[in-house]
Amino acid sequence: MNVEKLSHRVAPWVLPVLLLAVWQLSVSAGWLSTRILPAPSAVIEAGVNLVRSGEIWTHLAISGWRAGLGFVIGGSIGLALGFITGLSTWGERLLDSSVQMIRNVPHLALIPLVILWFGIDETAKIFLVALGTLFPIYLNTYHGIRNVDPALVEMARSYGLSGFSLFRQVILPGALPSILVGVRFALGFMWLTLIVAETISASSGIGYLAMNAREFLQTDVVVLAIVMYAILGKLADLAARGLERVWLRWHPAYQVNKGGAA
Amino acid sequence: MTAQQPPRLLKGIPLAVRKLRKAFGAREVLKGIDLHIPAGQFVAVVGRSGCGKSTLLRLLAGLDKASSGELLAGSAPLGAAIEDTRLMFQEARLLPWKKIIDNVGLGLKGNWRPKALEALEAVGLAERANEWPAALSGGQKQRVALARALIHQPRLLLLDEPLGALDALTRIEMQQLIESLWQKHGFTVLLVTHDVSEAVAIADRVILIEDGEIGLDLIVDLPRPRARGSHRLAALEAQVLNRVLSLPGTPPEPEPVSPLPTQLRWAQ
Repeated sequence: MNVEKLSHRVAPWVLPVLLLAVWQLSVSAGWLSTRILPAPSAVIEAGVNLVRSGEIWTHLAISGWRAGLGFVIGGSIGLALGFITGLSTWGERLLDSSVQMIRNVPHLALIPLVILWFGIDETAKIFLVALGTLFPIYLNTYHGIRNVDPALVEMARSYGLSGFSLFRQVILPGALPSILVGVRFALGFMWLTLIVAETISASSGIGYLAMNAREFLQTDVVVLAIVMYAILGKLADLAARGLERVWLRWHPAYQVNKGGAA
Repeated sequence: MTAQQPPRLLKGIPLAVRKLRKAFGAREVLKGIDLHIPAGQFVAVVGRSGCGKSTLLRLLAGLDKASSGELLAGSAPLGAAIEDTRLMFQEARLLPWKKIIDNVGLGLKGNWRPKALEALEAVGLAERANEWPAALSGGQKQRVALARALIHQPRLLLLDEPLGALDALTRIEMQQLIESLWQKHGFTVLLVTHDVSEAVAIADRVILIEDGEIGLDLIVDLPRPRARGSHRLAALEAQVLNRVLSLPGTPPEPEPVSPLPTQLRWAQ
């Protein structure tokens, strides 16, 4: 039983660890040039050096700040627009088709225009991140509100709920599963947009770290930057899942320790 | 809700329905219903599916507007007594994101928790108060819905086939529960059901709606508690069923599509 449990725990890690070992071996044996791919040990070493010099924290902080601020701005606008179109017929008539039209423009295609508008400073990057996170949240909020069970709304109305209390007690919690799906999508877009924005023009941040290292052929730092993006993306996703666990704990699909509901 | 409470003089609402009509588009569902229900009476409304019995209940609950006719509570319009009217739906319609006790207290203000616990006690679910509705069985959910209706101390309780989806044993338990709560509180009850034996077993009076009109109005004058399967109940049931079956059934029409709740918008 215990051995079985342990093997279940270990099984997902077998393949990654094996790949890392093969990678390390092929670099140290000289089959793979360090100009193409540095050894994992070299990447770790580069990481340790950057941590020692403290450089990594300034880059992480600035990237995190850009991502976070852009996400908050874009997410709030998306949420607000979703509420407006989801809750009112007129809002939908006036806004929805316009928003859908803008949504279909790939926001990264706007980069030249954004550089013309804002130059290459922080505003441009935050604008791009906000634009990238707005639409997934908008779409899922709108969709979530539209899919709140009308039978529950009718019941709540017949029990005297209306206006804000109806929204807070019935419509918002009913739409929340969908909104959180939007948040998870948006977090993915957040990093994607930031990576592109930081590689174009930046004097700090993880993207800058990678571009700068490329100039000096430091493949280990480039790979380190990629790994850092992966870790940040995973952390953001974990945070979103944590929110789901807390806010959707009523939902049989999100209950942790209890199996499915009766 | 407690025993210490002095009994209110007028617990039930006397209900009068005058020339009630309701049409969905060109289709007339109710064609002039006239009905007088004294306060505290337990009335069962039966009929084929699509005969308009649920529509009648939705009109009484104020969920839909009548095309013409009057709904009166005593001499005042029923709309003024909307706070005293509670409807139990076919499905429990519990909010899955609220704990059971919070579902019972829905729409209440102030310190309602002790009252909600009492209401749950009355339906035998006090110990489940802090669980999510998803953990309950169908019958238990309906009991929570009943507690949620009763906490408002309604004077008119409208039941829209609330037992339709339950298994036979749970149904009988729920019927007995509703009957005992009705005897204790004395509200007026309108129970819509498709089960004629349920109707004669539980109600003071059975009303058969045929094609939008009242086809049969039968007083069930039997003492309570009623023995299930007694021949007098069986005879009454046969009387109603014979009447239902004597009329050729109209082909089941599709449900009206236009102003159904799915199309209601909750914000104007």
